[in-house]
Amino acid sequence: MIYLSILSMAVVTYLIRMIPLTVFQKKIKNIWLRSFLYYVPYACLTAMTVPAVFYATDSFVSACAGVAVAVVLAYCRRSLVTVAAGACIAVFLVSLF
Amino acid sequence: MKNREKEERKKELIGGLKDGAPIALGYLSVSFSVGILAAASGFTVFQGAFMSLTNVTSAGQFAGIQVIAAGGTILELMLTQLIINLRYALMSLSLSQKLSEKVTLWQRFVIAFANTDEIFAVAMSHAKSLTFPYLLGLEILPVLGWTGGTVLGGAAGQLLPPAVSSALSVALYGMFIAVVVPAAVRLRPVLIVAVLAAVFRCVLYYVPVFSGISAGISIIICTTAASLIGAVLFPVREEAESGEN
Repeated sequence: MIYLSILSMAVVTYLIRMIPLTVFQKKIKNIWLRSFLYYVPYACLTAMTVPAVFYATDSFVSACAGVAVAVVLAYCRRSLVTVAAGACIAVFLVSLF
Repeated sequence: MKNREKEERKKELIGGLKDGAPIALGYLSVSFSVGILAAASGFTVFQGAFMSLTNVTSAGQFAGIQVIAAGGTILELMLTQLIINLRYALMSLSLSQKLSEKVTLWQRFVIAFANTDEIFAVAMSHAKSLTFPYLLGLEILPVLGWTGGTVLGGAAGQLLPPAVSSALSVALYGMFIAVVVPAAVRLRPVLIVAVLAAVFRCVLYYVPVFSGISAGISIIICTTAASLIGAVLFPVREEAESGEN
């Protein structure tokens, strides 16, 4: 059952990536659809992060520290790895106390 | 002539591998937390690795694990993937415009498999038109890093002290923040859309009336609503779009 679930996820994700690359070779002209697709990643990542991130660690305080460090590093346009690592280190340090 | 072509293909492949190496390193650390989450949600190490190898999508897997752990239906699972990963359609579309004419149909089938946010970003910033060997090289190491990190996270997750695994569980969120914040700082519409998504999600999360809505469906609703509002209020001109990534 779990493999069926995983494969059903994989098939949907693959089709999304594959169809535009193979079938639709022309550019999408519709500005509303383009705009919608443009905003989706930002909306989606935010909806997955807030408020879940605040319950992801062992305490609310350590989660806040992780978020704060991640936001500051991201604001300074640090790389993906740096931001992720900075958040982890902040959570770790706070949870030591 | 044949030899020169072969030489050229090899150069492209190596160029792709080089560009893919840093992405692979990043994925290794981020997928570690996917492995931990999968293990904590009742997946075996093999199941976690199988998911990473077949899906290669951080946000999608992250939501998928939550939906599966909550006992969601297959339909709910597929809908979640459709909405969360819809952005790849736009990326694949852009990518198709930058492909070399030599790229065949079956090669497109292969390339499509691992068109992730980061691989797309690197591919689009590549100076030349994209060849199959280059894209293959670009995708191999990140896929291995993604799967390998999931195995390590799933296997070592339970061995780690609680403070460490607690800390690592924010890695993925850190990555999401790293994608959203710089764009939100630069572009007001992105900021507004992100804030809307956060507010919607919090309403569905905290207001008791909505407590029956599962995490997967809630993320779909919030993403769709915020993006729709964004598209209506701030339709994106093409120049703004190409400045992205």
